[in-house]
Amino acid sequence: MFEFIYNILDFLFDLVIKDIMFETYILTGLTGIIIGFAVINGVLGGVLALIWGERRLLGRFQQRTGPNRWGPQGILTSTADAVKVMFKEDIVPEEADKYIFNVAPLLLVIPVFIIFSVIPFGISLYAVDINVSALFILAITSISGLSIICAAWASANRIAIFSALRSVAMLISYEIPVGLSLVGILLICESMSVMDIVIYQKIPFILIQPVAAIVFFLGSLAEINRTPFDLTEAESELAAGYQNDYSGMKWGLFYLGEFAAAIAAATVFSTLFLGGPNGPFLPGIFWLTIKVVAVLFFIIWIRASWPRFRIDQVLNLAWKGLFELTLVNIIVTSIAVIIWTDADSNRLIYIGLANWIFAFPFVILIFKMLKTSNYQDTNKESMSYPIGSDTPKFMKEKS
Amino acid sequence: MSIKSEPITINLGPQHPSTHGVFRMRVTFDGETIIDVEPIFGYLHRGSEKLAEERTYTQVVTLTDRMDYVSSMLNNQGYILAVEKLSNIKPETRGVWLRMIASELQRIASHLVAVGFLIQDLGAWGTPLTYAMREREKILQMFEMLCGARITNSYMRPGGVFMDAPQQFWDNLSSFIDEFPAAVDELERLLTSNEIIFSRTKGVAVLTPEQAINASITGPILRSTGVPWDLRKNDPYDYYDKVDFEIPVHNAGDNYSRYLLRVQEMRESLKIVKQCVDFIEPGPVRPHHDDVPFLLRPPKGDCYVAIEGSKGELGFYLVSDGSISPYRWHVRSSSLINLTLLREMLIGTLFGDLFVTFGGIDINMGEVDR
Repeated sequence: MFEFIYNILDFLFDLVIKDIMFETYILTGLTGIIIGFAVINGVLGGVLALIWGERRLLGRFQQRTGPNRWGPQGILTSTADAVKVMFKEDIVPEEADKYIFNVAPLLLVIPVFIIFSVIPFGISLYAVDINVSALFILAITSISGLSIICAAWASANRIAIFSALRSVAMLISYEIPVGLSLVGILLICESMSVMDIVIYQKIPFILIQPVAAIVFFLGSLAEINRTPFDLTEAESELAAGYQNDYSGMKWGLFYLGEFAAAIAAATVFSTLFLGGPNGPFLPGIFWLTIKVVAVLFFIIWIRASWPRFRIDQVLNLAWKGLFELTLVNIIVTSIAVIIWTDADSNRLIYIGLANWIFAFPFVILIFKMLKTSNYQDTNKESMSYPIGSDTPKFMKEKS
Repeated sequence: MSIKSEPITINLGPQHPSTHGVFRMRVTFDGETIIDVEPIFGYLHRGSEKLAEERTYTQVVTLTDRMDYVSSMLNNQGYILAVEKLSNIKPETRGVWLRMIASELQRIASHLVAVGFLIQDLGAWGTPLTYAMREREKILQMFEMLCGARITNSYMRPGGVFMDAPQQFWDNLSSFIDEFPAAVDELERLLTSNEIIFSRTKGVAVLTPEQAINASITGPILRSTGVPWDLRKNDPYDYYDKVDFEIPVHNAGDNYSRYLLRVQEMRESLKIVKQCVDFIEPGPVRPHHDDVPFLLRPPKGDCYVAIEGSKGELGFYLVSDGSISPYRWHVRSSSLINLTLLREMLIGTLFGDLFVTFGGIDINMGEVDR
């Protein structure tokens, strides 16, 4: 992609003027600006579409219409909201730390857009190919925690502090399983480059690394603060959480950052586990879009149907469930990788079978162990009886 | 090395998305654990009890609507029973049956709100709430057919009800009776065996029967601790002794049993409605004006009548000095008294349990502050 645009620009430059000073630097800069512009605007458009799609879908799940006024099927609703947000009054609380208060929204938004620089949108359609891009993605996503704690601390709001502390606790806990869940893939591909991982995925890695896919999906839900891990903005508890005191475009940036993070999480999941742009007939970018939309639909579906966990349960899940699962996954995958070293065509199938047989049962086992105790007794307890036919428990014990 | 830490006090409400009205709590946290709760209320005080002293006995019915605005029919029923007892009115049979149908439908509607908002407080983004609200909407539409109003009904009068039900109401009611069990099943499929709801509500905010009885807590919360106390069975009013129904009782006393108990009570209420429809016969719905005049003048005296409201024992105390308006009107509101153990229930739980417990008590600020 980079070379393609670079060459076009080079050709255009040569038409106008030859032997310009610092030609390579100028061309590289221009190419970067063009690619950045395209990626950022693509993501922004995706965010607007996602906001509309989420509201519309939630409406469908809840047997109501959803936004349907502005534009066909209400598709311009989020655009109108974006314009409205820009013109709203920007209030900074008197006791706020003004500088950090203003910087925090940017800190949330910028890293999310940086993630897209290493995502391959097609087999040769990518901005940059770093040889450690999987690690790069993990590192960049952690910055959002800093932004949230900056916002909460700067706005001098106790509810916001609660939200930020929860967010940081969740981020620290879930970074570990999410990072470790990628180890299996890296062992199979013997590369940390997302490009290599995509090229290696003849079969989507969700079929070869089921445990890692589950852990990564749950972990990314926790990191982007979506249901059932949306404790950071638990509306029924913390109102709006860390963004309580924000208004206008700063609040808009938080909103944008969250939805862009949802898209980023879905894109990374599709790239690493669903084969990314691989697929028959259609060009790669269509396949990636289809996969991202499917993952986003799944995320919205979860949001429409499940309540949220409590903070201790969220952390329990990370440390007592997902962490162990990733260790099991690493052990099984590394043994399988050692056994089937030859790069024959069936290698992936063998490794996948080993994972399904030896690692996947642990998912069922560990989630069974994490279930609330006396799960089975509840139905017996809840029998109803007419008054007088039976004395209640506490009266029996006394007599 | 020890880290210095101190408790943090947060003011939740009166403007908070899940305080179910204008309720305020000053909560002290140690980390995420609640160590102290100070409930503060009175933001919705309108002086209903004083207002009643300036109104006639029939006009007070409109004040009862505005107490607990999600179960106004039950408030009407309790007040009307008190007036009937005070002035020795014998109600018309058809009116009483209509009254029972209306109040049992209202109990279903109130429990739907309670269950829906409990799940909303748990963090489910609206889906169970809209399922519950969809069913409540059908009930409110039936109320509109009965009396022209959806929330503030003022349907009941001394001696019966305001007017007879139109044919459309019976059609809607029969289709509602057919459809409602499936709707409750749908709600239960989504919620009852949901692992997250299990882990969030089971064993949280446990009340013992001794605690509940000592604080004179009534209604679903008392029954969830294992005490089978329901005024419809223990002290039957209207024709509740003629219908056959059961009182669901649980032993756990936690948030989950409160939720499950309400779901079961909805089914039982539907059973009562079904029987009322079978029992009802044509006839007048309220006595003639000559027998029960608009300006009632009950004899001197006082009376206390309690009914099983959707939230607990709903008692009405009336004192008459022989004039056209009550000398004193006092309401024993179940919401207020059920709130008394809030502190004991909440201490030791986490922030996430706070509003779940609060929603599980199912209070209504209109009734707490009156």
